[in-house]
Amino acid sequence: MLHLFSLLVAASTLILILAGGFVTSTGSGLAVPDWPNTYGWFMFSFPLDKMVGGIYYEHGHRLIASTVGFLILVLAFWLWRAEPRRWVRRLGFIALAAVITQGILGGITVLWFLPDAISISHAGLAQIVFCLTVSIALVTSRGWSRAYATAAGPAPDDRTLQRVALATTLLIYTQIIVGATMRHTDAGLAIPDFPWAFGRWLPPQWDARIAIHFAHRVGAVVVAIMVLATTLHVFAHERSRPELVRPALLLLALLTLQVTLGAYVVWSAKQFVINSLHVATGASVLGTSLVLALRAHRPRFSLEAPASARVAA
Amino acid sequence: MSRRPFKGFLASALALAVVAAACGGGNKEETPASSTAPSGGGAAPAPAASAVDPNTAATITGTIKLEGDAPKAEAIKMNADPVCMREGKGTTTEFFVTGEGGALQNVFVYVKDGLGNRTFQAPEQAVVLDQRGCHYRPHVFGVMVGQPLEIINSDPTLHNVHAMPKSNQEFNTGQPIQGMKFNHTFTTREVMVPFKCDVHGWMNAYAGVLDHPFFAVTDASGKFELKGLPPGTYTIEAWHEKLGPMTQSVTVGEKESKEANFSFKMTS
Repeated sequence: MLHLFSLLVAASTLILILAGGFVTSTGSGLAVPDWPNTYGWFMFSFPLDKMVGGIYYEHGHRLIASTVGFLILVLAFWLWRAEPRRWVRRLGFIALAAVITQGILGGITVLWFLPDAISISHAGLAQIVFCLTVSIALVTSRGWSRAYATAAGPAPDDRTLQRVALATTLLIYTQIIVGATMRHTDAGLAIPDFPWAFGRWLPPQWDARIAIHFAHRVGAVVVAIMVLATTLHVFAHERSRPELVRPALLLLALLTLQVTLGAYVVWSAKQFVINSLHVATGASVLGTSLVLALRAHRPRFSLEAPASARVAA
Repeated sequence: MSRRPFKGFLASALALAVVAAACGGGNKEETPASSTAPSGGGAAPAPAASAVDPNTAATITGTIKLEGDAPKAEAIKMNADPVCMREGKGTTTEFFVTGEGGALQNVFVYVKDGLGNRTFQAPEQAVVLDQRGCHYRPHVFGVMVGQPLEIINSDPTLHNVHAMPKSNQEFNTGQPIQGMKFNHTFTTREVMVPFKCDVHGWMNAYAGVLDHPFFAVTDASGKFELKGLPPGTYTIEAWHEKLGPMTQSVTVGEKESKEANFSFKMTS
């Protein structure tokens, strides 16, 4: 049950990231000028019929965020009461601390008129919160508890895959931060064509916005290479391990979708649905890579006692 | 994880939230506009306003035209708010409002330079910016530094009034109730200060904030008039939200009236 609940929390966090994407994509970040109230109303008593225009996206995002915050609170408490592994209980508290910080950052973002650094931090921390919920869901799963052992024996300790998968995950996160920087400095269309840059391989002129936009495109190429390297290694050396093959396949599919969405963001001049889906798919790519990396590292975690009895902290 | 560091973290997070809310950058409605005005106690007294001799005051008039075909005004889709669909039915975009002979409306014309060290008293009468039919009225306007700007929500829906100056203090105020008013005064000259409503993305306006009263906005005939000017040589600037600024130098003698016409060219 705990694992199922943690899956729900992770899924809800991804929905929250999508909702947050809609806020920025529709320019609704300041549609509600006050925080934590909404136009003077207590947040949860704001009339639904007044959720119009940009308020629909911004206040909707706040409501979903509150729900996710509550779910993470329940998760942290549940882990504290029922999880025998101290490090997993700690993970729950870290997720709780992170989502509280994220809520405060969101408030600061509004009250300080969306300063770029705060907005980018809010986007970056959102991904970390998502990664924490994904990690908790993973380590409370049945597969993880049996260390993905099969009748043939324990899962092999593939050090190369561990390094490559970890590097890929970190690079994906870096690419997301570059993307967030591009979004919040209004550089999303600094290069108006794709795949060319002003009709050429490289932009003929440079400024800060063109540079960050181009960096995001270069980052996409780097991430694609690393994802291909990771998945090729899995298919070449770990074909018999479904716990690695499935996320590798999903990662390839999501990467393809993400690059396609990125192209359409430019071609559609940042149509808000495409733009927001690009944000959420980026999070999905990160989460999937994280799962692959953690599963690759599973043999390096010590064998753990069954989850039947709670061990005192 | 031991409980003490966690409690400490929660306490720190709550303290940060309180500080963030207290130090919020947006003006609150219940806070009067004086929160954005310069502080009174201990500041040096403002210099006395320079009087302009009406016996020598000059006038600059003109007409502003657009050469080329302006894009047609488009109906604004207000689907995001059913109240706006009802109240603002038929509203069109105002980027290029032209009249007979290419007369260009909504051009902000002002004296950019030439007044020297003269100072001018800001009027006590407020300039009114109204949100009606989910539309800012007027679309372009002028206000003096220190002059009250009264912003009214005449619509039965929510608006936020978000000013995005570069030199003045940014503010973002919610007006959820019809009839709500908010007063603001700018402290620094700035041409132009954009206004937007983040709830209704099509709503925008522009304010020219000046430390003198010699400004105007062209009407449907494209005409403007700057009167009561001391004799002298002035740089007159005409600003359009899409076409940018144009300047001219004009010299006026005592009680002289001169014409300064501007012609903007439509760019592709």
